Amino acid sequence: MLIPRVPVQHRRLLPDRRLSGPTPWVVAILMMLTLLAAAAGVGLARSADAIGSAIAGRVTVQIVTANPVTRAEQAAALRRAAAAQPFVLAARAVDREELQATLGQWFGSEASGDGGADPVLNSLPLPALVDIDFVGEDRSGHMAQLRTLVAAEAPGARIIPHAEWLGPVARLIGSLAWIAGGLVVLMTLASAAVVIMTARAALGTHYATIEMLHLIGATDRQITRLFQRRIAIDTAYGIALGTAVAAALLLLIGWQWSGVTSGLAATASLGPTGWVLLLALPLLAIALAALTARQTLLAALKKIL
Amino acid sequence: MTAGAPRAAGAMVEFDGVGLRYGPDAEILRDISFNLQPGSFYFLTGASGAGKTSLLKMLYLAQRPSRGIVRLFGEDLVAMPRDRLPGFRRRIGVVFQDFRLIPHLSARDNIALPLRIAGVNEEDLAGPVGEMLSWIGLGDRAEAHPATLSGGEQQRVAIARAVIARPQLLVADEPTGNVDPDMAMRLLGLFEALNRLGTTVVVATHDIHLISRIENAQMMRLEKGRLSDPTGALRYPPANRV
Repeated sequence: MLIPRVPVQHRRLLPDRRLSGPTPWVVAILMMLTLLAAAAGVGLARSADAIGSAIAGRVTVQIVTANPVTRAEQAAALRRAAAAQPFVLAARAVDREELQATLGQWFGSEASGDGGADPVLNSLPLPALVDIDFVGEDRSGHMAQLRTLVAAEAPGARIIPHAEWLGPVARLIGSLAWIAGGLVVLMTLASAAVVIMTARAALGTHYATIEMLHLIGATDRQITRLFQRRIAIDTAYGIALGTAVAAALLLLIGWQWSGVTSGLAATASLGPTGWVLLLALPLLAIALAALTARQTLLAALKKIL
Repeated sequence: MTAGAPRAAGAMVEFDGVGLRYGPDAEILRDISFNLQPGSFYFLTGASGAGKTSLLKMLYLAQRPSRGIVRLFGEDLVAMPRDRLPGFRRRIGVVFQDFRLIPHLSARDNIALPLRIAGVNEEDLAGPVGEMLSWIGLGDRAEAHPATLSGGEQQRVAIARAVIARPQLLVADEPTGNVDPDMAMRLLGLFEALNRLGTTVVVATHDIHLISRIENAQMMRLEKGRLSDPTGALRYPPANRV
């Protein structure tokens, strides 16, 4: 039980000064920061995973043959040949319009989706690109087979594994996710430290009462439950407050994030597991607070005969 | 055993060669040996600083001795694990020199405390607590908090709390130190009535006049940390007398 049951008459042994101390407020702040860090960690981890799986088995073959007709023929031949291979999941030739649209964003063309109308872009000798997704996990074996295929269908073409240029970004995002996880652990430890200090302060404040209770035959368990209940309730108030503020902030961020549909940012989301984890954190925090308070109180009471 | 304390069959309390020191200082109690018989009444006297309160602390299990053997209700308390002590403490009532009432509880709740700790139902404790309040003359001040009670009233509440659970051993440290002579005699009357009901009573006091008021009371005297035996009660406990 997270908050132990104590008879009403026993509860009166401690004066009722709920929410009068700093504990609920400090716990609220820590809980809010913990949930925000956890949300950031989950979002970043999912983003890193999404990027990682998207790039892990994908390569782009860049055909730079000078003659545009030959270049187009080589691209079409390579796409057909690649699509027929058992180690290839999918092969797709990237349209010139798609390339121009992408480049148009960098060249400042008026409409990025209408890059083809830009005379500068039209004058550029763009390479032909073929995106290839591999089947399964044997990436190195597949690469060797693809090199043979490319050498036959489009000599001189370059094979660019996506992991080469997006890998560092995925690793950075993964590192940020770990840092967020580390922050969650640190703030959890800080919360536990707050509970320990609260328990010790409560013991100090009520030492005379505790000593009296001991001398009339109260057990450590009876005394511990009394204080554990009070600390768990105070902490639960703080956790509820922190959770409410964090939830409001996350919903606001989520609402704003929903407008982001492009690039790497679109891969960041909490997902059902993330939400379950975030909802479980406050309950785990209350359980941790109750357990920490119990162990602190029992350890302190053992020093008294 | 020193001070001639023979092992008495059925003794409620046995101290054998007990010494007590706090930290590295010299012993404040030395070679204390005595037996207390069930249903007897003892006074513990001695000058201030003689060690009366320290001796009582060992009796009500707030302190373990530095050496020697302490048996209570037939069990060795020196080596007894902590978790067994509450059961023994519930058989002992204590009246502290400074009352030690819980300030935010009413007189009624302070008196009911030992019964609640022992797990007595609220329905079952209402009667005894009410009777006890009447017995000490505070029936009309049941809901008063200690801060609003006089010294004598607080003392009576403390005594009521000590005896409400009908302890087998009652230990009182200067219980009449804060009350006028009339009230002192009334309180002593309460102890005597309890003693007649079978409770062993140990009262530490400076007041030599009190001692003569209790028939058959025995006296122990502490001087510079050692126990003397002016009435012979320790060498020849009442149960062993011819």
